[in-house]
Parts: sequence; C-alpha cells; structure tokens
Amino acid sequence: MNQDIYVVVEHLRGQVSDISYVMLAAARVLAQGTGGSVVAVLLGHNAGELAGDLAADRVLYVEHAALANFTSDAYLTALSALLSEQGPRAVLLGHTSIGSDVASGLSVRLGLPLVSQCLRVSEDGKFVSQICGGKIMAEGDLPEPTALVTVVPGGYKPEEGQSPAAPEVTPVAAPALEGLRVSLAGYVEPEAGDVDISKEPILISVGRGIQNEDNLELAQELAEALGGVVCSSRPVVDQGWLPTSRMVGKSGQKVKPKLYLALGISGAPEHVEAITDSEMIIAINTDPNAPIFDIAKYGAEIDMTDLMEVLTELVEEAKGG
Amino acid sequence: MNIVVTVRLVPDLVEELEIDESGTALDMTWMRLIINEFDDHSIEQGILLKERGGGQLTVVVPDVEGADDVLFAAAAKGADRLIKVVGDFEEGVNNHALARGLAATLKDLQPDLVLTGVQAHDDLDGSVGPLLAEQLGMPYVGYVSGVEVSGNQTTVRKEYPGGLIAEMAVTLPALLGIQAADEPPRYVPISKIRQAMKSASIEELDAPELDPSGAPAVSRMFEPEAGERATMIEGDEEEIAERLIEIFQEAGIL
Repeated sequence: MNQDIYVVVEHLRGQVSDISYVMLAAARVLAQGTGGSVVAVLLGHNAGELAGDLAADRVLYVEHAALANFTSDAYLTALSALLSEQGPRAVLLGHTSIGSDVASGLSVRLGLPLVSQCLRVSEDGKFVSQICGGKIMAEGDLPEPTALVTVVPGGYKPEEGQSPAAPEVTPVAAPALEGLRVSLAGYVEPEAGDVDISKEPILISVGRGIQNEDNLELAQELAEALGGVVCSSRPVVDQGWLPTSRMVGKSGQKVKPKLYLALGISGAPEHVEAITDSEMIIAINTDPNAPIFDIAKYGAEIDMTDLMEVLTELVEEAKGG
Repeated sequence: MNIVVTVRLVPDLVEELEIDESGTALDMTWMRLIINEFDDHSIEQGILLKERGGGQLTVVVPDVEGADDVLFAAAAKGADRLIKVVGDFEEGVNNHALARGLAATLKDLQPDLVLTGVQAHDDLDGSVGPLLAEQLGMPYVGYVSGVEVSGNQTTVRKEYPGGLIAEMAVTLPALLGIQAADEPPRYVPISKIRQAMKSASIEELDAPELDPSGAPAVSRMFEPEAGERATMIEGDEEEIAERLIEIFQEAGIL
C-alpha cells in the first residue's frame, strides 16, 4: 500500500488522448493531498516516446506486442498483474471506450472499489461524479484501500496535465499475454461525409426534440438561410435520420463553430464535451432544467418545431433587407 | 445460438429528479423508471441477430417497478423467454450488487452471447455489463454499434472518438456492451404488447442475497451549481425569433 496516484494513459494510433492529460491534472490534486507521486501507466508496443509530455513524476511502461493496440482482454490482464503487486491510493482511467472497458473488470478481478463518471477530485480525497445526464452530482470519499476511478472530461483542462520536462520511464515486465479472446481485426476510418462539421462555422444542431424525420427539413431550411449546415446529437443518428458524419459528441465529432444553435438538445455530458470550444451556443429547449442552458450564452424555453419556420422567415427577411 | 439480454431500469430524465431527505440519494418515491436506452438497443440487436442467424433470445430484468412492461414489450418484439430475477432490487441497488445478483441466473442460462447497454446515466460504480462479464469469466467489449456472429466468434464494431471504428474479433461466449443496435429499436404497437401479455409468461427466479461491496459511499448528492446560465429570451416564437435575429446580427453571423 502506498500513497501514489496512478493514471492509465490512453492512446490511440500513436497519439495520447486528451483524457490522459485531464486525468494527470486530477491525479496531481489527489497526490498533493496524499503526499505521494503521480505515476503514469503506459501500456503499448514501441510506444515509449508517448511518455514525453506527460505531467507525471514517473512513468511505468509495460511493453508487449499484444498491447500495440487496445483490447480489453490484454489491458485487463496487464493492469491486474501490475496493480496486484503495487497498491496505489487510486488508479484513474478514462470514462471512455478504453477505460470503461477495463475498469469494471479490474474492480471484480482485484476486489477493488470503483467510482465512475468522476468530474473532479479534491486534495482531501473526495470525488465528485456527474450523473443523470449532468443533472445530478454525487460526492463522497474515495473508497479504501485502492480506489479505481473512471474520469469524464470537463473538470480539468488537458494543458494542466502536460509538461515540457520528460518524466523518468521505468520499464515493467508484461505478464504472459496468451489465450487472449479479444483481438483487433482493423480500423474503419470515419465515413467521408458530405461536409466536415468540425470545420463549419455555423451549425444548426438537432436533438431528440426534433420528434420526427419530417421536421429535419425545417432544420435544413434554417441552416440554408443562415449559411450553415445541420448536425445532431446521437439519438437522431441512431434513428438513421442523419449520417454518422453529422454526429456531434463523444463518439462523433468535436466542433468549434462561431454559432452552435442547439435545437431540442438536452446537453448530456457526452454531447457537451464536444461543443465547449464553440464561440457562441444558443439553446432552444422545452425543459427549463436542461443542462444545455448551463453552457449556452442565450436560451429560450420553447418547442424547436414551433420556432424553426418563423426563424427561417425572419433570417430570409433580414438578409433581403 | 443462445442470446441473453440483461436490462436495467433507470430514472426517466424527462421527469424532475429530487434528492431524498438523507441528501445522499435520489428520492425514488415518485420516480418513474424506464428502460435504459442502451438496453433497448441491446434488445433490438438481439432480435436482429436472431432474425439473421436463428437461435433463442432471453431477456432478463431485475424485479423493480416496470419490469413486467419491459419484458412484455420485448416479447412483442420477438423475445422467446422472459425472466424476472427476484430479490431486494427496489432500494436503488448499485451495479456491483446487481451484477452479482444476475450472475447466478446468467450462469444457469449458459448463453453464447450476452448483450447489455454499454452504460446507464446513473452509473456510479462501473457498468453492469463489464462487471457481469468478469463474474461470468467472459471477455467484454463495450461501445459496440454493430454485431455479427460467425461460428464461435463475433465481430463487433467498437466506437472511438471522431467517428473512428475498431473492428474487434471476440471469442464466444462473450458479453458485449451495446451503444447502438445495427438498426434503431423497432416500434411495437400497444395491441401487440397486450397480445404478448396474454400469450407470454414471465419466469421468476430468485437472486442470491445482494452484496453491494465495491461501490463508493455517497456523502452528498446535489444539483450542479448553475454557473453563468444562459440569458433566457422570453416571449412567443415571433418574439424569440426577432431577438435571435438581433443576436445573429450583433455576432456578425447575419
């Protein structure tokens, strides 16, 4: 048992993901409280150079050909071996397609407690998690002896977890990684969409509030009038109403437009994390408690389907006059 | 092919959420529970796999308010076997306890493939899927939005940020955390659900005593402090649209 805070570094195709730096920033806060070190755990194959800008006191590097790309099976085996020998105060993983795939398995395999959707931590060892689509916060003490924590973005800036001074890297022998039941068959590149919404300055984004596919035409007309394009939150894409290339959010695109007009979007954390770089967010929603109003500059409590047509008309008028 | 889908019910976020007197948990008294949306996608994915490759589809739900409705709706869509796991699930049980409570039933069912929602919005101690997978000794892959089965292997589409997909090959038996089914969950008319209520039967199986260890204790639950909230535009659609035009002009968008 020691007082160190471990961070499982996430990387994808040779790039460290932002969430890794966010976790290093959170880990620093906790380490200031415990007096321990911030230790980055890097799993990979020929990936040592990824440690370069991690704001960690040291890096434990587990090298193995089976760790070249993330698979839950190999990561789970490697991390359990590492953690069963060492007993840090906490282990931070991303609340992501990578971290969430292994955190629960680690909790059961090692018998360690697990906290998920953690947004912030404090020096006195408390976590604050963001649940119920961002509507509720839950606070508590990090459970003993070693708390596994999955971290959501938004609590710390990635820059806070970066450092120009390369940390010391200690190689750690990988356990036997045989009989693995999950393997990577290959990557499928994102569909080449008609437009790249990550580069568009004006986005008309529709969510569940669109109600049916026919209403999409109204959003389309509004977008055309404003010289922008239509994009959406996850449910609209899952319905097959818009292609995946138009999806904004955790699994979709990160956007940074001049105007993000959010129509009928509640503002769940998975969506919000992808729009925070927008210059101006305007939110239209029937639910006055929708979290989207917490990050929007302007808002209106009205049904988007009542607003779109009249707004399009007025935009046309304003352009004509 | 023996496919099992496990389902969890969650608070409906459309309703006002309230924190109970203890200040450490949601007030469940008047809470409306609905199927976790990703579990709904899991049922759809299970039905699609059955339609394509045959097999049996079993849906397993812990016994909480609304469980029967979820099971009958699943039967109306094409589920073959409906199981309600009976135990002390009403008291806002955590995911560790729930996964342990479901594990015994799942072991008896000997599934080739288990599907469940990748997460639920109120997860505070991991997700049921990967917790259950480890209890069952199965490999787990989450954030899945496409599943194909061939022989003793499944090939899944796993989502990464930016629209990137990883195709993963997974040896069966396996448990998958579904983000989205290949197709949107189908709509079933009430008449078909009523029919299912008459023809389908729900089996009740007992859960072992629930063990909640592994989850954090919550000392305080609260609504997020409103930071700089949006400036709200009042009025009817005309008035709101007029103000928006001004805002667009000020920002140089028009």
